[in-house]
Amino acid sequence: MSPFTSATDIAASVSSGRTSATAVVDACLERIERLNPVLNAFTTVLADRAKAKAAEGRSGPLAGVPFAVKNLIDIAGVPTLAGSKINRDHPPATVDAPLVARLEAAGAILVGALNMGEYAYDFTGENVHDGPSRNPHDTTRMAGGSSGGSGSAVGGGLVPLALGSDTNGSIRVPASFCGLFGLKPTYGRLPRTGGFPFVSSLDHLGPFARGSADLALAYDAMQGYDPADPVCVDRPPEPVSGLLRKGADGLRIVSAGGYFRSGASPEALIALDAVAAALGATRTVTIPDARRARSAAYIISTTEGAALHLERLRTRPDDFDADVRDRLIAGALVPALAVVQAQKFRRWFREEMVRLFQDVDAILAPATPCVAPLIGQKTFVLDGVEMPLRPNIGIYTQPISFIGLPVVVIPIPTSLGLPIGVQIVTAPWREDLALRIAHALESSGVAKAPIPTLEY
Amino acid sequence: MDEAALDAMIDAGTSVLGIEMQPEWRAAVRLHLVISLGHVATVLETHLPDHLDPAPVFTA
Repeated sequence: MSPFTSATDIAASVSSGRTSATAVVDACLERIERLNPVLNAFTTVLADRAKAKAAEGRSGPLAGVPFAVKNLIDIAGVPTLAGSKINRDHPPATVDAPLVARLEAAGAILVGALNMGEYAYDFTGENVHDGPSRNPHDTTRMAGGSSGGSGSAVGGGLVPLALGSDTNGSIRVPASFCGLFGLKPTYGRLPRTGGFPFVSSLDHLGPFARGSADLALAYDAMQGYDPADPVCVDRPPEPVSGLLRKGADGLRIVSAGGYFRSGASPEALIALDAVAAALGATRTVTIPDARRARSAAYIISTTEGAALHLERLRTRPDDFDADVRDRLIAGALVPALAVVQAQKFRRWFREEMVRLFQDVDAILAPATPCVAPLIGQKTFVLDGVEMPLRPNIGIYTQPISFIGLPVVVIPIPTSLGLPIGVQIVTAPWREDLALRIAHALESSGVAKAPIPTLEY
Repeated sequence: MDEAALDAMIDAGTSVLGIEMQPEWRAAVRLHLVISLGHVATVLETHLPDHLDPAPVFTA
């Protein structure tokens, strides 16, 4: 098997007895040992646990598939760092988060915890405590964040599957920069139980993979109500894997114009237009007040984040990453009435978008304004204006997650030799349509996770 | 807001919240406060109906 063998193929091979789960895990652990010093994707490797699980024998739709999770997701016996120094003082988690348990119940094998931006408040994948997770296609560049280790690990072929979180784009940005398929499900679809929070009213968990079928397999394995997460919605699982071959024919697919083209680099627009052309999506729609939606998401994030971390800002300010601390302090100073207005606007914006989805099935939009910036880069140019990078990479992802819409990001090659992502956005609870469109684009060769040039 | 007004807001706000503001943090906090207040202005410049319910918790 190659480092890039899909989860689907690994599971088929293990299930048929052609390969053992132990052989798969041993090869995976060897790759991590050799390449993690280059990518810095993992913060904890669980070799003993993974080998013991493999030795049990594995069955199910993800039989023998190694996976890893962003280090804000609970793993029994491991402190849940959330990218921070402060949480290293926390006792280890006592149980696995439900999504970890569900993937393992489907046959997958957890091999470790992944690097991330401190407390998930970044789009860069940089971490002052653990060092930056690196982009597998150019290790001088950002993996994207905050789920940087997830993007780096799957993009680099260390594991075929990883979990991340997405509050304002933290799955979609690293998927774009690392050239991966990423799913941010509908808000409330997958339980966040056992995940360290950032902005409760915006937090989602979801998978990264190198293809749409793997993404669907993982998503199907993780669906299901969990009353321990107060925002998880009690609705039956709606498996998607069996629907992928239905494709995109007959679906009403449009491109987002206006705000979603303003500021985008030529690479982002070429990728978007190529996807639209492949799907025959000739119509462009204007998402109403997208700029304000982004601002409202920003305000809710910075204030909820500040509230979450206030006690730590009071007592351990020097133990934060300065880039995170100083943003949180600014967030703590935002007038409260702006938060209430942002939440009122959120209601209005959701109603407008639900109305828009009466006439369309999917909206295409850039995932990031540009390909991966250099590690350490602090500013970039948006619409001809030099802007701080960290607060602005998510300009196209924030308005979408603001109202919890499901999104699949697909990887598109660019002339720069680096990938960039396109978002496929659908109505609430219609992950199936986004994944079908992603599968159609992958089948036609338009979307493809690139193979890195690392030494394997 | 000019720099002095921003600094006054930073000093008053951090004092109320019990955050011990340090001189070396100020430039970055000020930068992020300007960004945040820009987003505040964007949100507050629109008129929303009186009867529109906020959505702090919602179903997508």
